Amino acid sequence: MKNKRSLLAIPYVGWMAFFVVAPIIMVVIYAFTTADFSFTGENFTRMGTFTVIFTRSFKLAIIATLVCLLIGYPLSYAMAKEGKGFQRVAMLLIMLPMWVNFLLRTYSMMSIMENNGLINQFFAAIGLFDLINNVFGTDIHYFKMIGTQGAVVVGMVYNYLPFMVLPIYSTLIKMDNTLLEAAQDLGADTATVFRKVILPLSLPGILSGVTMVFVPSVSTFAISRLLGGGIQMLLGDLIEQQFLGGAYNPHLGSAIALVMMVIVVACMWIMNRFGEGEEQAVML
Amino acid sequence: MSKELIRLKDCVMAYDDGVVLDHINLYINDKEFLTLLGPSGCGKTTTLRIIGGFLTPTSGDVLFDGVRINHVPPHKREVNTVFQKYALFPHLNVYENVAFGLRLGKTVTNVVNGKSSAKKVKIPEAEIHKRVMEMLEIVNLKGFEKRSISALSGGQQQRVAIARALVNQPKVLLLDEPLGALDMRLRKDMQNELKRIQQEMGITFIYVTHDQEEALAMSDTVVVMDGGRIQQIGTPEDIYNEPKNAFVADFIGESNIIDGIMRADEVVEIFNRKFRCLDKGFDKDEPVDVVIRPEDVDIVAENQGQLKGTVTSVTFKGVHYDTIVDFYGFKWLIQTTEYHPVGTVIGIHLDPDCIHVMKKSEYSGMFGDYSSYSEEYEEIGDADYEPEEEENGHEE
Repeated sequence: MKNKRSLLAIPYVGWMAFFVVAPIIMVVIYAFTTADFSFTGENFTRMGTFTVIFTRSFKLAIIATLVCLLIGYPLSYAMAKEGKGFQRVAMLLIMLPMWVNFLLRTYSMMSIMENNGLINQFFAAIGLFDLINNVFGTDIHYFKMIGTQGAVVVGMVYNYLPFMVLPIYSTLIKMDNTLLEAAQDLGADTATVFRKVILPLSLPGILSGVTMVFVPSVSTFAISRLLGGGIQMLLGDLIEQQFLGGAYNPHLGSAIALVMMVIVVACMWIMNRFGEGEEQAVML
Repeated sequence: MSKELIRLKDCVMAYDDGVVLDHINLYINDKEFLTLLGPSGCGKTTTLRIIGGFLTPTSGDVLFDGVRINHVPPHKREVNTVFQKYALFPHLNVYENVAFGLRLGKTVTNVVNGKSSAKKVKIPEAEIHKRVMEMLEIVNLKGFEKRSISALSGGQQQRVAIARALVNQPKVLLLDEPLGALDMRLRKDMQNELKRIQQEMGITFIYVTHDQEEALAMSDTVVVMDGGRIQQIGTPEDIYNEPKNAFVADFIGESNIIDGIMRADEVVEIFNRKFRCLDKGFDKDEPVDVVIRPEDVDIVAENQGQLKGTVTSVTFKGVHYDTIVDFYGFKWLIQTTEYHPVGTVIGIHLDPDCIHVMKKSEYSGMFGDYSSYSEEYEEIGDADYEPEEEENGHEE
């Protein structure tokens, strides 16, 4: 009873206990048991079968994260440096899609990228396919996008880009301008100022952006279902199948979920170790 | 003999909402300790930033060693800055902060076939280590190399900032209110230390402050600024003893500034009485401002004085009493070691050398009356009275 204010956290602690801690314990129990709840390690020995899906999931999530970083960092930088007007418009454009339902957004992406979707219709209208067919002697009438890994990555980037931009933007906007002047003063040109001051000081923002894009990307199932055309199966789809689909086996599903969680936590831990020295930068 | 190093020629800095610097002409000699002194918003920081390369004047020229450097970016100037809030890199430790400039390499100029080309050459690690350690010793921070910046006190951060700038062996060090955030004791110690470092290393210091005591104590030359204009340039003694106008007289130390009329050379009339003084060269019957420093007034018996007044307030200040005396409705501040209770009628005597006559200026009549003594004392006595530089608004 030293600090009465900690009582305020009781609703949250209760919530977490029921909806986070208890489910995790159940996942662990399920993962190590058979249908009649006797102990087994068999669920994990079967994991090798899904290597392709594991690899694909992590590969696509890493690509999507990198693309988000490559688009998001320059955008955040421009927003932090430009005037209030640009900031407001850019922020609105980033937030606007988030006010639309996630599934709706992804369905619309689907209809845009379909074989007779908006993009292909546009290419047809400007005569791109005719041109290609004439030059190469081929007979194509559309680019196949749905069902490719590219489409899945595009879906991930589209959905999760704001989670990259916001944390990076907030570290950049808080950065003390005199630090940049000090670096210039000591002899650093613009590129060196960026490399030796701006980049290291924005690392905490990059790390949290990467986490916030990577984790949902690696576990998504709706994006791969809709944009991957059911061909590009990811871990999320695999797990969903074990619980809701035809392959009903919640014990195996739990084991897959557990392995994925361990890998993700390990990734995050390594990354945060990497950025540890920078943490005080955020606090200042 | 010291030679001229930096010259500002007719520098104007204007923004949409007004003129910040109004035709500044100033030269700075090699190895000089020059202070830009003035109240908030007077243009002193803007002047410093122009020399540092962070601002380009709207018109006018900046010369360094005779070469025009208006558009030379900060990283190519042989000038380093100690920033107001230190601006130390939070992601680097003390050693790496100081080594920052050295790690960027030194510029070597090659002349090949009459064409000169400058390129950066890496400084060997051993030399970097030697110079950083030497510099940390000079600022008394030996043993702090591995410390993180956030684990240092204000005074220590200040020293790191100075070491980080000086380790690059600049020709000029710019200091923007470097002691503003420190407490009184520490500030006094650092004043002595800065002066010592400046003399030991033989570097030109350009120092910005609004603290007149600091300016007088440290500088070879003081530049008093107000409203974007230079009011007076001179040695600390000149500035104190021979202020050019009422603003300078009021800003530097305490002053009674009284309306007077110059009746002849070396004769000035105050309150309808003629006084002998040492000033000449004014027109006959020209209205002037007369400065009398509070410590220069001798209090004598009522019937022996040149002027007669009534004591209205006495404050004990340790060494002396601040005594406010009413002369014909105009209140003077007199500093004396003798105690004269409120209500006493006293006489005063003024020696010719304690009367200083100044031309009338736009500042005439604004200062010098101690009727609202207590508030004014706050303003002058407290160095932290102005917490923020108004000029910052223009720097974004």
